[in-house]
Amino acid sequence: MKSTAHAFPENVSAALRDPQLNKALAKFKAGFPQRRATAVAALPEFEALRDEGKRIKDHALAHLDLYLEMFEANVVARGGHVHWARTAAEAREIVLKLCRDAGARMVTKGKSMVSEEVGLNTALEAAGLEVVETDLGEYILQIRKEAPSHIIAPALHLSKEQVADDFRRIHTHLPHDRQLTEPADILTEARVLLRDKFLQADVGITGANFLIAETGSTVIVTNEGNGDLTQTLPKTHIVLTSIEKVVPTLEDVSTLLRLLARSATGQEFSTYTTFSTGPRRPGDLDGPEAFHVVLVDNGRSALLGTEMQEVLRCIRCGACMNHCPVYHAVGGHAYGWVYPGPIGAVVDPAILGIKEAGHLPNASTFCGKCESVCPVRIPLPKLMRHWREKEFEANLQPAWMRQGLKTWAWFAKRPALYGAGARVAMAALGLAGRRRGRFGMLPLAGGWTSQRDFPAPQGRTFQDLYASRKGRTHG
Amino acid sequence: MAESARDGILGILRGAARDRDEAAARAAVAERVKGHPRNLVPARGQDAGAKAVDRFIQMATASAATVEVVPNGARVPHAVADYLSAHNLPSRVRVGPDADLSALPWDRRPTLEVLYGPAAPDDLVSVTPALAAVAETGTLMTRSGPGHPTTLNFLPNTHIVVLPVERVVGSYEDAWDMLRAGFTEAAEFPRTVNFITGPSRTADIEQTPQLHAHGPGRLHILLVGDATAPQG
Repeated sequence: MKSTAHAFPENVSAALRDPQLNKALAKFKAGFPQRRATAVAALPEFEALRDEGKRIKDHALAHLDLYLEMFEANVVARGGHVHWARTAAEAREIVLKLCRDAGARMVTKGKSMVSEEVGLNTALEAAGLEVVETDLGEYILQIRKEAPSHIIAPALHLSKEQVADDFRRIHTHLPHDRQLTEPADILTEARVLLRDKFLQADVGITGANFLIAETGSTVIVTNEGNGDLTQTLPKTHIVLTSIEKVVPTLEDVSTLLRLLARSATGQEFSTYTTFSTGPRRPGDLDGPEAFHVVLVDNGRSALLGTEMQEVLRCIRCGACMNHCPVYHAVGGHAYGWVYPGPIGAVVDPAILGIKEAGHLPNASTFCGKCESVCPVRIPLPKLMRHWREKEFEANLQPAWMRQGLKTWAWFAKRPALYGAGARVAMAALGLAGRRRGRFGMLPLAGGWTSQRDFPAPQGRTFQDLYASRKGRTHG
Repeated sequence: MAESARDGILGILRGAARDRDEAAARAAVAERVKGHPRNLVPARGQDAGAKAVDRFIQMATASAATVEVVPNGARVPHAVADYLSAHNLPSRVRVGPDADLSALPWDRRPTLEVLYGPAAPDDLVSVTPALAAVAETGTLMTRSGPGHPTTLNFLPNTHIVVLPVERVVGSYEDAWDMLRAGFTEAAEFPRTVNFITGPSRTADIEQTPQLHAHGPGRLHILLVGDATAPQG
């Protein structure tokens, strides 16, 4: 998909003024963290499992070439095919060719963020194929021509009224005055409509949450069952996924599955976890006749062996964005590309470049909540800091910002001068704000005071108070 | 000739790993996959016997499945027919042509129409076996094969699973061991293994949880045998 990450500040302004989005986010930021906390509290070993999850992924990444070769050999041994794509363009070409070779007219899709990343739907549609997203949220976004705003709850920003309007607009074969007031009405209409698509499709495309080297299996996790109908009914099943998803064994994936649903939706386990291995076997009564796995790199291999490698542990649960105060305020679309939230702030610059996505790692207070809930302990704030340094080294910030940082650094390196300056400034602000206790306007702080008052300092600096208090307790 | 994408990607990956001891790395990988050691299995996944059955029933029920214990296979046709009538469903089921299910005395309920094979689009109810049930999260494990086509797990609105109580195990790892025990060679790994935990659901409209998305809206589990006896 096309990135608007460079326009993050403008995107944020629009998001903050969107009342429907604010309403949805209020519900989101209360619900998701609460459900995760409940699920985690019910499993005493959860913290130890996080350590194990990290260990498994670190081991897999340290031997990524060997596990990918083993995965490939096992897919082939069971009658499947593996295709490798260095770039998004190569991935699109491979999938398009597979669809053409299968004589496909209609393609159903399970939810896949890699497919969003490589812009698959646009390419298939341009080639004349009918492409149908079958996850309910993704289907809604497809008819709205919108991108997902969250990696596991793609349509969380919408109201049921908006969806009902879209269904009336698109499903014109149904009576216009039908009832669509409740979520259940909307779900039923989508289920009936998509059932026909499942049955008609020539090719089913899914993503993969994990790949298993031991067996050559691809794994998807869903609650709706759409991914299973997508991959079981058509003659051809294509798995579009990325190279960092391989793990060694069924035991290893079991450990990661114990982390995934609890971190993502707060479920003990998702409804359906499906292991797909090759095409249907002789004697099988259903299942696809052809099985293809497309392994996409798209910038990931370049992170291996660098300080950014840790981000490749990500299992795409969404916990970091579910707990992020910035995501809670602006939602996913503001980030401007496929992966929003803290994980997006680290992954997007790696794929799009720091020039395009440089705002994203800056959109953090480094509160650390993301790292504290990450099931595989990715140090997201540290990695965002790394991108900030890269951005500074590449000389990408505006001159006024670089000059401001330099000025601040000059003072910060001279503690006596810094302390004296701060004392004078705090005393002056304390005096000026003494009567009201706050400022409605302040020079150089318009970005703050345009939205809310700035509390007036009490008149003494933290260092001063610290020194005098220390003197009291120990003196 | 231009370098293939495969060689290009693997070349970068090998380059990033150039500092490792190659022989030791290959040995570690081969050993891990051959031995497939278990990682930490939570205490609740280490139940066995009647305790595991209790936990399975509790967790499956919490995931919105329903569980009914029947004393023996001969009761299964009655339990199925009674379930259909209690839910106002037509007296017709699509059954996986599995040897154990086909051997059940379906003729004891003459009004129950029993069809065998993969799911047809208009089938409302399926009856399938499962390979195992995992107590720790109330999860069923099914595998594809001539006797148990995958479409039966997903196309009908109601899915009834028949499971001998001895097949309830504590953890996912126990279930993998049961699956592997049936192999004579690795190539027997089935096309599809499904872990199923409750009926299908979605929360994609206003984050409101709703049952019955694309997969079945009802999951009914018939545990066959004495659920209170200590299992081996």
